[in-house]
Order: sequence, then C-alpha cells, then structure tokens
Amino acid sequence: MKIIVLVKEVPDTYGERKLDLETGLADRAASEPVLDEIGERALEVALAHADAHADTEVVVMSMAPESAATTIRKGLAMGAGSAVHIADPGLAAADLGLTARTLAAAIRRTGFDLVITGNLSTDGSGGVIPAMLAELLEVPNATALTSVEITDGSVSGTRDVDGGTMRVSAPLPAVVSITEALPDARFPNFKGIMAAKKKPFETVSAADLGIEPEDLSAAWSIMTAIAEKPPRTAGTKITDEGDGGTRIAEFLIENRLV
Amino acid sequence: MTDHPAAPILVLLEATPDGELATSAAGLVAAASGIGAPVALVVAAPGRAQSLAEQAAALGAERVLAAETTSAQSELTVPHVDALAAAAKLIAPEAVLVSNSIDGRDIAGRFAARTGAPIAVDAVGVSRDDEGVLAHHSVHGGAYNVVSAATFGPLVVTVRQGAIDARAEARPVATESLEVPASGAASATIESVEPVTETSSRPELRGAKRVVSGGRGLGSAEKFALVEELADALGAAVGASRAAVDAGYIQANHQVGQTGVSVSPQLYVALGISGAIQHKAGMQTAKNIVAVNKDPDAPIFEVADFGVVGDVFAVVPQLISALAERKR
Ligand SMILES: Cc1cc2nc3c(=O)[nH]c(=O)nc-3n(C[C@H](O)[C@H](O)[C@H](O)COP(=O)(O)OP(=O)(O)OC[C@H]3O[C@@H](n4cnc5c(N)ncnc54)[C@H](O)[C@@H]3O)c2cc1C
Repeated sequence: MKIIVLVKEVPDTYGERKLDLETGLADRAASEPVLDEIGERALEVALAHADAHADTEVVVMSMAPESAATTIRKGLAMGAGSAVHIADPGLAAADLGLTARTLAAAIRRTGFDLVITGNLSTDGSGGVIPAMLAELLEVPNATALTSVEITDGSVSGTRDVDGGTMRVSAPLPAVVSITEALPDARFPNFKGIMAAKKKPFETVSAADLGIEPEDLSAAWSIMTAIAEKPPRTAGTKITDEGDGGTRIAEFLIENRLV
Repeated sequence: MTDHPAAPILVLLEATPDGELATSAAGLVAAASGIGAPVALVVAAPGRAQSLAEQAAALGAERVLAAETTSAQSELTVPHVDALAAAAKLIAPEAVLVSNSIDGRDIAGRFAARTGAPIAVDAVGVSRDDEGVLAHHSVHGGAYNVVSAATFGPLVVTVRQGAIDARAEARPVATESLEVPASGAASATIESVEPVTETSSRPELRGAKRVVSGGRGLGSAEKFALVEELADALGAAVGASRAAVDAGYIQANHQVGQTGVSVSPQLYVALGISGAIQHKAGMQTAKNIVAVNKDPDAPIFEVADFGVVGDVFAVVPQLISALAERKR
C-alpha cells in the first residue's frame, strides 16, 4: 500500500505571525518555520499503519518554497520512506485552486492508494484542499476523521460533524483528512535523522507536473486589500483580595454586560 | 452599490440530521441578500424538502431550489456537489455561499474543483463593489483583515459559522424542484449518524454573545462544572482551551482557538486559561475580555479588559452569588 501524506511548512504558531502588507503572503522571515502539527499527526497515522504492515510505503509530499526542504526532511527523519517537494517560485502566490491542481498532478505522478492530510492548516485554515483533491483525483473524500482504520482495500473512520457523529467508509484509493483528536506524532530519533539523509528526496517544478502557474484562462481568487489591526491592549488588572468576584460583577454591570 | 441588485447569489443551506435547517442558514441568506438576490438550495430526502424550503423563505430566500434525493443520507459530499452544480448551471450565480462547516467546506471544495471556480474560505462577511463580489476574512486570530475576489466568474465563498449577525426579511415561499443529474463521482459511504446527545439549553458556542471558557486550571472534569455554572448565570455558551479538551474536561467541539472555534462575542470570560497564542487566536476579537488566573504573568492578562489575579475556586463562586444577588 502506498500512502502519501501531505505536510506543510507553517510559521510557528507559538510566535507572532505576520503577513506581508504588500503581497498578503506569509512573511516567512517573521517567525520560525515548522512542520504543521496537524500534518505530523497525519504522518503518524501512516507510520503507525506502516509499523503494523511491512508492505506499506509512506511518502511525504509538500508544495512549498525551496527553503522548506529542511522542514520536509523532518518527515523522513520521523519515518517516511521518501519525500516529494514541489518547489517553484511561480507557485508562491498560488490560490487554493492552483494549489489543488498542482498537488493533484504530483499525487497522480507519484501514485497512491491513500492520501492523508490534516483537516486544517494552522496558517491558511482553509480546510478545502482534501475535498478539492478528491474531486480532481476522482476518488472519495472522508474528511475530519477523529479515528481512522485502514485495510487493504478500504479506509473508514469516525467524524464529528455539526449535530452528530458519523461513521464513514470508502474504498481505496481515497483522500482522508484527520483532526487533532488523533495522537501526537512520534519524535524523530538519532537513527531516523541519520537514515533520512539517504532517503529519496525528489524536488519537482510546476513544469515537471504539466502545470502552468500563470495560466490566465483559469479564474483565480486574488487578494484585493489587506489591513493590520492594532493589537489589543491590556485593561485593568487587580489582585484578588477577597473581593475579586464582586469586582468582576461590578465591571460587568458598569459595562452593561449583564 | 445597487448596480446589479438582482444578481442571483446561490446559497447552499445545510440540514441537520433531524431535518431542520442548520443554524448557519439565517446568516448565509442574510449575507446573500446584502449582495444580490438570494436563491437557496436545499437537499433533502424525498418528501422532506418543502419544510426546509419554507424555513428558507422565512429566512429571506427569494427562490428555493429543492433537490430531493435518497443519496444524501448514504453518500458523503458528492450528492450535494451534484445538486450545487445543477443549481449553478440553472441560475448562473455571481457567487456561491456555503457554510464553513465540516460538510460545507467539503461540498464547496469539490464544487470549486469541479467547476474551476475560485474559492475564498472562512469569510466573516461579503460585500460588493463595481467589479463584483468581495469576501472579507479575519486572518491570524483577527490580526489582519483581508479582502479577496475572483479574477472573473463566480466566487465560491465559505462563510464562518456565527460570523453574520444580519438577518433578512421573510419572503413568500417560492419553491422549484431541481432535477439533479448524478455525476457518478466516487464518494465515501455514510454508515451511520448518531445525533449528539448533548441535551443542553445553553447557547451554541459559534455566534454566542457571551462565552465562558475554562482551561487546565480547573483541574478536573468535576471541577469544570464551575465554568458551566458561571455560563448559566450569564446565559453564556461554554468554551474551553485545548488543554482542557485534551484532559477530557469537556468535548472537543467546545474548543476555542486556532484549531477550534473562533468566537467574537460581546463578553469572553477566561477561567484558568494561560492565554497561549493559539487560544488567543480564537477569542481576541471579543468586545470585552475578563480573565481569572492565579499567575499574574499569564499572557491572557495582556488582552483582558478586566483581569483578576486569583484562584478561580474563590473568585468565581463569589461572582456567581453577586450575579444571583443582583437578579433578586
Ligand atoms: C498547532 C497548535 C494548535 C493549537 N490550538 C489550540 C486551540 O485551538 N485552542 C487552545 O486553547 N489551545 C491550542 N493549542 C494549545 C496551546 O498552545 C496551549 O497549550 C493551551 O491553550 C493551554 O491551555 P490552558 O491555558 O488551559 O493550559 P495551561 O497553559 O496549562 O494554563 C493553565 C492556567 O491555569 C492557571 N491556573 C491553574 N490553577 C488555577 C486556579 N486554581 N485558579 C486560577 N488559575 C489557575 C495557571 O496559572 C495557568 O495559567 C494549540 C497548540 C498548537 C501547537
């Protein structure tokens, strides 16, 4: 079984995240880049399956600037067998449509039984890529899974939707996304880090995938304006001297909040 | 503004497992009526669409397209996408609005990929200018406001749940049944749906006017009841930090933050929450923030309008009695 896990380099959410006010793109210099935690959890699902099923091949794939190679390599150190890095300056400003078309082309080229992604990235928070990929790849989507069972021919799981919990299943090939209800990922160990250096790491361009990034015959979603909001400032802070609760009640009453 | 008052805006209205319109519906129809003529699409089991159509008209839909199918109960995403594609073909909308719910995102994503339409996600509002429809986004926990648009053609927009306060006026019911050719696209099978058993009279977290959230500082699931007690005293929804969810104090759908729900209430009360940046990302656009934390250096105080350095188990019971006192 061949599992492709989509991972993403994102600005560390523990830091202040900035957008470039000219381009609206992430200001990559403003914060430490890390592998998105949800992508690590997706990789953990694949690696756990591989631990129990020796014939599993796990590929990490990412569309990201060239500088993200080190971050993607962490996926290899954690245990993935190979990596595909789609790096192309022409894709820097890709909208969701172009991103999905490019990833779908790369996934087709690599070949897959199952694609696993996170449900939402911590920077874009789009959450639509898994379903877009399923449509383009002509396979089923099962998203936002809070548990996953993989067999030779199918994938199934539970998803928490508004108003209920749903059990779903799909024949392979398929695209699934997982939520942070799934376990934390393993840490890469020294052996893994050393082994990663010898694992296949393929870098491909848009042209390699038959993608024309500046295709103006396609409709695009573009940013037309961006503004930074002034940060919130702290108000009153008191230390409880036996009247803390009463003081909050007074604050609420004064501000007509009760 | 009123250049194209009648441009059709297609709105997909989701239904709950028990056959009512989802709570997102009112905001979606109102958003659409602000930029054009709202045409609602409802997808329901045979015989069930008329009641949804009536609800949609009551929310302000000018026209309701009703697709009746048995497949929406058994197949994930694809039947809705097929219906949306048929509706879009029929009315040639200027924009397609879908809730940014888990199912809504999937439907919007597949629809956009199928039709090649650009997609704008997690919008907190829509508007229009001379050139067409604009989607407004609140990015990185509200630190940035971003506006996006399509270069041409219809824009697919997923709208954040609870973000639209506006409501449209009710209209007479005008239902048309929609013929939906099946695309035959592969889909996952829905094996079962269990409605949530949470029988709560509390307000829903998304879109709530007041939210009381608890963190790891509450210490246990039993003691988390204090958060619920204050919420009830304030008529507020209950929220939580990820640490509280991970510790099993409360279900994951109450998580506020980066990877949970984003709220923008009149009042947000944070109890025993440190104020990690990922938590703040989901609540710092609240109008008023009150925090109780025993650590004077907790980052939550940096965004609190009123902060009390103290023990939640001393401060909160006193607050609850003060509120009860006032009611009498
Ligand atoms: C990718 C990613 C996404 C994340 N997404 C989210 C998210 O969506 N939402 C979220 O909340 N977190 C999220 N987190 C986690 C986040 O970093 C924090 O770990 C989490 O918010 C901490 O929760 P907490 O404040 O309850 O716990 P802690 O940080 O442990 O804080 C507990 C606080 O309680 C106080 N306290 C203890 N006892 C008492 C008492 N008796 N009275 C008063 N105060 C007391 C302590 O002083 C402390 O400040 C995310 C992290 C990552 C990496």
